[in-house]
Amino acid sequence: MPKVRIVFDRIRLEEKMLEEKSNELGHDTKMIDAKITQVNTESKKNDFDFGDVVLERCVSYFRGLHFTACLEFLDIPVLNKFEVANNCGNKMITSLLLKKHNVPTPKTFFSFSPETALEILEKEGYPLVIKPIIGSWGRGVILLKDRDTADAIIEVRELSDGPLDRIYYLQEAIKRPPRDIRAIVVGDQVIAAMYRTSSSGGFKTNIALGGEPVLCEITKELEDICIKASKAVGGGILGVDVMEDEKRGLVVHEVNNTVEFKGLAKVAKRNIPKEMIDYAVSLAVR
Amino acid sequence: MNCPECDGNMKIPDDASVGEIVSCPDCGADFEIASKNGGVCELKHAEKVGEDWGE
Repeated sequence: MPKVRIVFDRIRLEEKMLEEKSNELGHDTKMIDAKITQVNTESKKNDFDFGDVVLERCVSYFRGLHFTACLEFLDIPVLNKFEVANNCGNKMITSLLLKKHNVPTPKTFFSFSPETALEILEKEGYPLVIKPIIGSWGRGVILLKDRDTADAIIEVRELSDGPLDRIYYLQEAIKRPPRDIRAIVVGDQVIAAMYRTSSSGGFKTNIALGGEPVLCEITKELEDICIKASKAVGGGILGVDVMEDEKRGLVVHEVNNTVEFKGLAKVAKRNIPKEMIDYAVSLAVR
Repeated sequence: MNCPECDGNMKIPDDASVGEIVSCPDCGADFEIASKNGGVCELKHAEKVGEDWGE
């Protein structure tokens, strides 16, 4: 019986669904709280009960990333791998990898000071979208419509002066229908996709902000671009965010490492937690 | 059980698991279930949403 372990720091509906499905499938399943787990450089695999495979599901990106590093140090198979988590957790790295692997993606500008960020905006013209390179749920994603907005946002960043605030990530505002697509990729398959529409009429479509899930057909074009995006970041269990550009067709703007799926699970034809557990078990080392 | 913050009455569902968040209906404080022993739960203050939280 494969031993499946789910590492969490806060139990959301997704973690409950994964635990329940894994138990239902007859696997020896345990939940492991990252917040009360200790690892040291002398630790050995047998000191813990990390089972045959771990699904790392921390809501805190840095906690999950560093926990994954510890698991890999102990030679425990973990989804997703450290490299993949690192590639997806940082939007700048994701954008660079997507482009490098010829995945259609919005044109994105990087600069490392407020002055050069403003230079880009003045040269390229408004609007551009500014995003924090680390973060989720649409937080800090702002459409810079004019110079006044840009000045305000940049000034706030200078005042808060977090280490990541010095990295300016500016992305073209894609002309698209008022929705985007979230697809879940498990291994080499797109198992489900949905349209996410804005709940407020604004440009953000995140389900976390109340965006409504509507099932999206997995066309060959969607499948191809999602698989390519998944491979670009290293593969695993991923949430690929896609926009429908009026001119270029589909473009990938983000790949998510600890994919949330409670919205999509309501409308998906395939059983998302089952697909995830089956895939994890296929990678288990016993 | 009683809310550690305001002493209000909190009803924790029987199927709630360790790591789950429960809120006090009176004061709105959020708590994480730290441990569960039969029907007795130990609560700790839930972490606030961090800058790096999400997917």
